[in-house]
Amino acid sequence: MPSYKLNINDKDYTVDVDETMPVLWVIRDFVGLTGTKFGCGIAQCGACTIHLDGTPTRSCSIPVSAVADRKIRTIEGVSENVDHAVQKAWIELQVPQCGYCQSGQIMSAVALLEKNPKPTDADIDGAMQGNLCRCGTYQRIRKAIHRASELI
Amino acid sequence: MQQLSGLGRRKFLQLAGLTGTGFFLGLNTGCKGSPEVAAVSDPGKLFEITPYINIESNGVITIFNTKPEVGQGTFQSVPALIAEELEVSLDHVNIRQTGGESRFGESQGVGGSSSVRGEYFTLRKVGATAREMLTTAAAVQWKVPVEECYAENAFIIHKPSGKKLSYGELADAASKLTPPKEPKLKDPKDFKILGKSGGRPDVPLKSSGKALFGIDVTVPGMMYASIERSPVIGSKLKKFDDAEARKTKGVIDVLLCERLVGIWRHDGVAVIADNYWAALQGRKKLKADWDHQGREKLNSKDYEAGLRKLASKKGITDHNSGSFEQEYNNAHQKLEALYETPLVSHSPIEPMNCVARWNSPEEVEIWTSTQIPGDLVKTVAKENNIPEANVKLHTMFNGGGFGRRLITDYVHDVVALAKKTGKPIKAIWTREDDTKLGPFRPMTYSAMKAGFNAAGEPVALEHKVISPSIDAGLYPGFDPKKVDKTMMEATAEQKYEIPNLHTSFVYSPLEIPLLYWRAVTSTTLAFSHECFLDEMAYTAKKDPMEFRLGLAKKGTSLEKILTKLKEVSAWDEPLPAGHGRGVAQYEFFAGHCGYVVEVSKKDKGIQLEKIFAVIDMGTVVNPDTVKAQVEGAAVMALTAAIKGGITFENGQTVQSNFHDNPLVRINEMPDVSVTILADGGEVIKGAGEPGLPPFAPALCNAVFAATGTRIRRLPFDINNVG
Repeated sequence: MPSYKLNINDKDYTVDVDETMPVLWVIRDFVGLTGTKFGCGIAQCGACTIHLDGTPTRSCSIPVSAVADRKIRTIEGVSENVDHAVQKAWIELQVPQCGYCQSGQIMSAVALLEKNPKPTDADIDGAMQGNLCRCGTYQRIRKAIHRASELI
Repeated sequence: MQQLSGLGRRKFLQLAGLTGTGFFLGLNTGCKGSPEVAAVSDPGKLFEITPYINIESNGVITIFNTKPEVGQGTFQSVPALIAEELEVSLDHVNIRQTGGESRFGESQGVGGSSSVRGEYFTLRKVGATAREMLTTAAAVQWKVPVEECYAENAFIIHKPSGKKLSYGELADAASKLTPPKEPKLKDPKDFKILGKSGGRPDVPLKSSGKALFGIDVTVPGMMYASIERSPVIGSKLKKFDDAEARKTKGVIDVLLCERLVGIWRHDGVAVIADNYWAALQGRKKLKADWDHQGREKLNSKDYEAGLRKLASKKGITDHNSGSFEQEYNNAHQKLEALYETPLVSHSPIEPMNCVARWNSPEEVEIWTSTQIPGDLVKTVAKENNIPEANVKLHTMFNGGGFGRRLITDYVHDVVALAKKTGKPIKAIWTREDDTKLGPFRPMTYSAMKAGFNAAGEPVALEHKVISPSIDAGLYPGFDPKKVDKTMMEATAEQKYEIPNLHTSFVYSPLEIPLLYWRAVTSTTLAFSHECFLDEMAYTAKKDPMEFRLGLAKKGTSLEKILTKLKEVSAWDEPLPAGHGRGVAQYEFFAGHCGYVVEVSKKDKGIQLEKIFAVIDMGTVVNPDTVKAQVEGAAVMALTAAIKGGITFENGQTVQSNFHDNPLVRINEMPDVSVTILADGGEVIKGAGEPGLPPFAPALCNAVFAATGTRIRRLPFDINNVG
């Protein structure tokens, strides 16, 4: 079994896993960070969204062999105390319902605001299209991203 | 849940423990519960409890939430009922989820929008009882009249002297008192929590990846399973070859198992591995041969043609007021239409999963996301022939329910595998499993008829439902000669004054797993009922809003909702060319909501412009949660109205994942403006479901207003209408 060195949330981990294993399962089952979720396995729902060198990426569809030496950020790396502007806005506007997709939603929102601190509704719809929410929290997500933009 | 066949969903909800609670109260001292809210997801510390309220001598207060959190806000709204009367802030208590333990009574399930309306008085009474016992304990200690003492913010205060004692200091003495039989409930004008938009304690956990769902549970020594089942649902396993699967690195074993789904047991082959990815890889290498026994003949096109043919068959009467047949035959003008809806999936984003571990040959411990902890415990106990007390369930946060987690088909096989292997097992369904294997919300077809008198007034209405049955697959002993009440939900309960109303049922068997789905058949029947009402309005040459208001019984929530919708949507204001508005409502046992939807023509299709919802709550517990529920219900309803639905070809589900069974995305959904009607009083209506049924008919009625195209079949292509 090959050994991979991963940098997740500025910490180094070494894992011995099959080279085809998606990063999602490495993060969840080998590193033990369960904030990143499994939803579809084919990059359709966005529940597994992480940042790979700052770019939102569906971790269910990228093998571990493709991410060595790149910086991975997960929901656990967004803040220590749930106080990132996006998280504050999420709480203020009570965005989550079941909450299962929200780690992925937040990772996409954080990446959007890092690139575009003052997004329009259309920018938000564009950046957040890859993240499904079955509970239907979309309008609160839009509002919360605007609110986070004010808080930054 | 035996012999429930034919009783209908309302009865199911009662018997499955979804409405009305028994009365329990427990106070104890020295409970070593975790102080964190996250304790709900802390499997090691969950069971040192007495019912509902624990107060520790150090002042730590724990309230037990009996209603699993599936996104509907019960982690706040249900403990709030206790906290309000107990005079404690929700910010200062621990909330823990119950796991179907008998001491919490029969009422630990969530469905039918029943949590708050079912528990509003019983759980307030629990809080008030504890408050009175604590107050009495303080009065006894101070040797003062109890009337001179009151509760505030987890202290009992002696009004004349200002002395105070904390609940922690009083808990020991209070716990030894006899609970009062009729504790006094607070006057709603003194409420600090109820009726206000308090933050939900699970939201910070869910905004940081810390909330633990069933899929997140890990126990020491755990193995992972992925289970192969027949692509034609329910086929018998003839033989299988697992040689290649067993060679896969990480694969430990390959075992047979059964999916218990309703009245059926479906064969499965489980690949057990030391990690989930390996189990998936091993599963791909299984070679299984299935005996379909005729199931491969199921084709949606044929089945739907059969439903259309049955539409002309005489149904079994469900409701008959006046004399429909006579009045229809004599009608001056007649209107007929057939409405069609699809099978749809639940598709919670958290796939089905379960962790099971046998602690001894007689005791099993289970971690899972479920809507029915009590029923899960009972069925696992029965299936394994062990006492219910020996099924230790940890109810985790549910990554969506929508009815899917009202059955426990994803639990029993894992329990059996854990027993066979002697190891803790975690099984996770793939999205393909979830999409292909069901259960699904059934379709209903509606044959509608209306008759008008010479004055153009509607005098006769018939709603004939042609459909399969959920109950037929859930319970033994389904009687096809009787009306299936679930499939008729509320068709005769709309408060329009039409003197001759007939509703009837025609059964069409469909032997695949079917199940309740958020608002169930109200979602499909509202579409036919309220679109047909629109057709009737145009036939009568009336404005659809005025037509409905003219028929609405005075003083009903129907009249109130329509009147408010007319106001908030500015119904009477003219619209730009190419725009159109539609209105619809649906009242059923869970509650009552209505919509006005505004659309505009865009290229060949339709663009959603504005959505106004009005929901009647009676008394509301958390207005912001109610709004969130309606906002979300509209999204789910839009998906069901315009996305693909589930179809079968040669016995196999055509769709497999979100690429071919898509959900509405953020860019497709405008904001919903929600207005809550809350007159107060003792009537409490549900919030989770009622926002769903009227959305599709309001949308389709708007499409007609904008384009002149009448939509009688869902789903429709919103990008290509008329």
